[in-house]
Amino acid sequence: MLYLHLFISFFKIGLFGFGGGLAILSLIQMEVEQHGWMSQQEFVDIVAVSQVTPGPIGINCATYVGYTVGGLWGSVLSTFAIVLPSLIIMLSICKAYFWLTKRFKGNPYFEQTLRMLRFTVIGLVASAALLLMKPTTFIDFVSWIIFGVVALLTILPNFVKNKVTEIISHPILLIVLAGFAGYLIYA
Amino acid sequence: MLPLIQREVVDRKGWIDEEEFLNMIALAQAAPGLIAVNSAIFIGWRIGGWRGVCGAVLGAVLPSFLIILAIAMVFREWKELPAVEAAFKGIRPAVVALIAAPLFKMAKSARISWLTALVPVAVALLIWLGHVNPVWVILATILITLCSIYISSYRSSK
Repeated sequence: MLYLHLFISFFKIGLFGFGGGLAILSLIQMEVEQHGWMSQQEFVDIVAVSQVTPGPIGINCATYVGYTVGGLWGSVLSTFAIVLPSLIIMLSICKAYFWLTKRFKGNPYFEQTLRMLRFTVIGLVASAALLLMKPTTFIDFVSWIIFGVVALLTILPNFVKNKVTEIISHPILLIVLAGFAGYLIYA
Repeated sequence: MLPLIQREVVDRKGWIDEEEFLNMIALAQAAPGLIAVNSAIFIGWRIGGWRGVCGAVLGAVLPSFLIILAIAMVFREWKELPAVEAAFKGIRPAVVALIAAPLFKMAKSARISWLTALVPVAVALLIWLGHVNPVWVILATILITLCSIYISSYRSSK
């Protein structure tokens, strides 16, 4: 039964995961929360690990959640389940490649739906961040300072583009620094 | 990740050309699922059929899978250490910031206006406060868009 739930959840995440890694987070979070598979803290921690390790965030989350819930086979099954919808849909697309590019390029239904989904995806990413802003992750005012500093440094290259801002806005560096700050403050 | 794929597949191996690569990105992003995996399926199919797909997907998934599996095996015990727990207290708000900050760039590249900004605001509120499953929000977006185009084209044809 557990394996069936894992499979259905991650199949759903793969099937409705539009718009890349961050947009998929709110879907994963909702599934994990509804099944009570892990605490919110643990979910944030695994996102942190995903940010500093290579590879797609969706695969990382699927493997981790699968392992903690169902061991080795759980992780294999979840990872397979998140990839399966892609396999079915992308292979159909490949088989009909020429037919599709002729028919869908410039098709108002298709283009407009994709445009609207881009706006929805922005909302999905925002909700993923909002859902994580809870007392379990933001324990005191220091948390808000870390949040503010990291957010500012991340969007800085949009305004001042040079080598320095590029380096200090790197997510891996920021996570390492935040971890170091956490160690100094809370340990 | 896309520049990395481009360098490997277009420049170095010459498996597909520039134009096909751009088509591939459009398809991989339009289709649901992980963009890296979708790209791998497309390229695998173009150059090697079923075998190509199997190889490319395994190549795209396996490194992440093995790294995270190794981490997952030790992470829970490891996190009991007070020093690690303290570090994670600092890391958690940073992660939320890393999720929230790209919103700025996403909104800019989607050329959002005050009116269209209502869509992501409504979506975020529905999920955050209404606890609506994102799946329903995505389905609703697709349905509402298709219906509104259908209605407007029906009206203009009359």
